[in-house]
Amino acid sequence: MILQKGTIAPDFELYTTPDQKLKLSDFKGKRLILAFYPADWSPVCSDQMSLYNETLRLFHKYNAEILGISVDSKWCHMAFEENRNLHFPLLADFEPKGEVSRRYGAYDEETGESLRALFVIDEKGIIRWSHLSPDSVNPGADGILDALEEMDKTK
Amino acid sequence: MTSTLRNPVTEQDHSTGNPHAEMILVEYGDYQCPHCGIAHPFIKKLLKEFKGEFRFIFRNFPLQESHPMAMMAALASEAAGKQSKFWEMHDIIFEHQRSLSPDAILHFADKLKLNETQFEKDLRNKELLEKVEDDMEGGLRSGVNGTPTFFLNGKKVNSYDESYDSLAALFR
Repeated sequence: MILQKGTIAPDFELYTTPDQKLKLSDFKGKRLILAFYPADWSPVCSDQMSLYNETLRLFHKYNAEILGISVDSKWCHMAFEENRNLHFPLLADFEPKGEVSRRYGAYDEETGESLRALFVIDEKGIIRWSHLSPDSVNPGADGILDALEEMDKTK
Repeated sequence: MTSTLRNPVTEQDHSTGNPHAEMILVEYGDYQCPHCGIAHPFIKKLLKEFKGEFRFIFRNFPLQESHPMAMMAALASEAAGKQSKFWEMHDIIFEHQRSLSPDAILHFADKLKLNETQFEKDLRNKELLEKVEDDMEGGLRSGVNGTPTFFLNGKKVNSYDESYDSLAALFR
């Protein structure tokens, strides 16, 4: 099962470009959306990431940043980002493979890929919403936006 | 996840078909999206076959990073709408979807006999940009995850499979 609401978000430190790593604590004081997904280039993942690309403006309105995470390498991510004009970081859960995905309960041992799981983390590093989609379903942005709005209400 | 339309149909929406019909079909579409191009003639056919039975609303959902002309095309339809030619521009854009360019859009405006100065001014009109962005935001909030996405009487249509019959079945 993926980590649920109320859990402290496990730390991570992963490559986002060939020479830069990002960690959870880099986003303290901000809200963070983690979008685990199976694979760069696959059709559903591409649609999902392209959709989030178009939703960035709205995410920022709620003081939230978004990171995509898959087991693909940093070089693969770089090519994928360039090809799809993505304007948010993708993290490589590459070595040890799937380690961070496992920590979030979002790793598929059989396929060796991350599950399609979403997490919304608050300014203090607590998971406030999570959602697991079937691999073939693009979960859209509505659940994330609802969660962010709810956080605004209960602040 | 929600599958209902969050922002109800209003007078601000572009509407065709029977304005008093009980059935309202809303499409979220992107003028440069090939799948929306496939759906376009289906909608035209539906409006003929089920004439008077429903009202059709088109809302813009331009995926700008994937489709560089999508936003300009959306603005062009809105700008034409200011001169009461929204649907004419909507049709001509879809019919020439593969050859969209700024020049092509100006050419369409000319073909539709729009007031050119006003049209070009409206392409840069902030209000129209906000309207398109509001459409998009409402779509995102309603669970639109790609285009085209249809809602019938506020409920997301999951049965559409890129065939005319799958749309017509909604009215049969």
